Amino acid sequence: MAEVVLDGLSKAFGKTQALQGVSMTIPDGAFVVLLGPTGAGKTTTLRLISGLDAPDAGDVRIGGASVLADTPAQRDVAMVFQQYSLYPHLSVRDNLAFPLRSPILNWPEPQIAARVQDVAQVLRIAHKLDNKATRLSGGEMQRVSIGRALVRSPRIFLMDEPLSSLDAKLRAELRVELKRIHTDLGATFLYVTHDQIEAMTMASHVGVLDCGRLVQFGAPREIYENPVSTYVATRLGQPRINLLPAGLFPGAPRGATQIGLRPEHIRQGEGQAATVRRIEHLGDQTRLHLTLAGHGLITLTDAHSPLGPGDTLAIRPENPLWFDAGGIRVI
Amino acid sequence: MSAWSVTEPSARSKGIAAVLVILYTVITLLPLVWIIATGFKTGPDSISYPPKVIFQPSLEGYVNLFTDRTRATPEQLAAMPPPENFVDEIVQRRGEVITQPSKFGARFLNSVIIGFGSTFLSIFLGTLAAYAFSRFRVPLKDDLLFFILSTRMMPPIAVAIPIFLMFRQLGLSDTHLGMILLYTGVNISLAVWLLKGFIDEIPREYEEAALIDGYTRLQAFRKVVLPQAATGIASTAIFCLIFAWNEYAFAFLLTSGTAQTAPPFIPTIFGVGGKDWPAVAAGATLFLLPVMIFTILLRKHLLRGITFGAVRK
Repeated sequence: MAEVVLDGLSKAFGKTQALQGVSMTIPDGAFVVLLGPTGAGKTTTLRLISGLDAPDAGDVRIGGASVLADTPAQRDVAMVFQQYSLYPHLSVRDNLAFPLRSPILNWPEPQIAARVQDVAQVLRIAHKLDNKATRLSGGEMQRVSIGRALVRSPRIFLMDEPLSSLDAKLRAELRVELKRIHTDLGATFLYVTHDQIEAMTMASHVGVLDCGRLVQFGAPREIYENPVSTYVATRLGQPRINLLPAGLFPGAPRGATQIGLRPEHIRQGEGQAATVRRIEHLGDQTRLHLTLAGHGLITLTDAHSPLGPGDTLAIRPENPLWFDAGGIRVI
Repeated sequence: MSAWSVTEPSARSKGIAAVLVILYTVITLLPLVWIIATGFKTGPDSISYPPKVIFQPSLEGYVNLFTDRTRATPEQLAAMPPPENFVDEIVQRRGEVITQPSKFGARFLNSVIIGFGSTFLSIFLGTLAAYAFSRFRVPLKDDLLFFILSTRMMPPIAVAIPIFLMFRQLGLSDTHLGMILLYTGVNISLAVWLLKGFIDEIPREYEEAALIDGYTRLQAFRKVVLPQAATGIASTAIFCLIFAWNEYAFAFLLTSGTAQTAPPFIPTIFGVGGKDWPAVAAGATLFLLPVMIFTILLRKHLLRGITFGAVRK
């Protein structure tokens, strides 16, 4: 349990600048989700905190003290890797016991057995404890590697897309489970994902990375409702935010060249006429594909909407987001 | 549906394969069988012409291998007590007496010490070097690796004279240490290259996970890398042992007494009045055993070693 401070972290791999001056304060007990496309620096951030890589510049402080001189073992963090994380020559039981047998913890065996059993129960892999780690399905492997982080009580949990290889049902279950573990332990989590549901439901804070820079850091609702740029705005929201030329609608503020419309920013039934191209019934939502002055946009509608392709629908922006030519938020 | 299948070979090709395999087996095993059989023949049987395939087995060769004997006069023989065991019986029947045990036991032991010692040292140093080359940023890595490999670009015996002179200067001639160092020097390039290949195949993530799980790099190496490299280590060890065990030229040149290994010793076994072929064959048979046992013990690893990296786990 500890506060984590990243202070101006930079890291280059050869000619690639992976991180550039990233600073953030992760409060004790926070669940921080890092968002960004591949190559944005999410995994590098985790590796610098864990001590697997050393930063070129900047500092990492855990619980108020700089840990740059510490080995990964001394930093007392747990990390769940995206892949290749189980020791293939060990059984599931020995994989889970591995951190507890380390020279740093060195628990007595009966205590290890009990703890491993507990964690296996939580992750529903108790019946697989004596299997070889390589004899598991992808989902089971991922649960074991989460389990290996959970057996001890580290100061920080670092998770690199831990649920990405699971099927939808298991992912939903483990999402709730991880959130419950976070609440129970009150531990600090740093979590990398591409999945917006994970980001929105689990995070207390979201950090958005773009090409090695932290572009926005805040509560998930804040990031969703008040993005600083089109880049951040497109990270969250299903369907994605519609970005259209500002001139399509009246009332554009000075400097604005793009208007950002999420479905809730589109008032239907009044304003300019748009043509319905297609209706998609996804089950939980019904998407309406519209064309307005040659630009496509997607919004949501009622599941029992009588609209069909070729119909005309009037729409009007309501409290939209405006961006300048560089994609920076104007209002 | 037809009886023909792309994956299942036809009965005819299976038949041809079986014949070829049997033929190959016979060709490779025949000399081996001949050596083992000769070890159990009597002296006259071993050189009879036409060669005897069916013969009365005898332990004469093995007795001769382990003993030095001399011919006894009829009076001496008559004065001797009746033989107490089969060894005395065989010797006395031929009118000989045992003077002392032969040097074969000591030479064989030298082979074991030098062969396994140099294999252990090659693997120990090779594993550490291969790990460093695989994982760390070593300055001039490619040049160093090439240099290590280049030591194998000529037959080792090409440098026999410089080595002979060096060993004499350093007092390493005819010592166990000298032979262990020499065979290690020859084997280490093979060990480093083979093992580097195996360690390269082990994803770094395993060690990184262990580092975070509270282990130091050395502990992670021991607990995570070594068990996974076991296959590679086993197959490399077999190759090293086979070289060191069978090496003849250097052993002939650099050892004569205390550190002489079995290969230069076995052909020098003479019986009373002539080459003692059964004893030579018995020595060769016993000499084959350790490598055979070692290979059989590690064969599971060896097979996995051959396919290593081909199958994604």
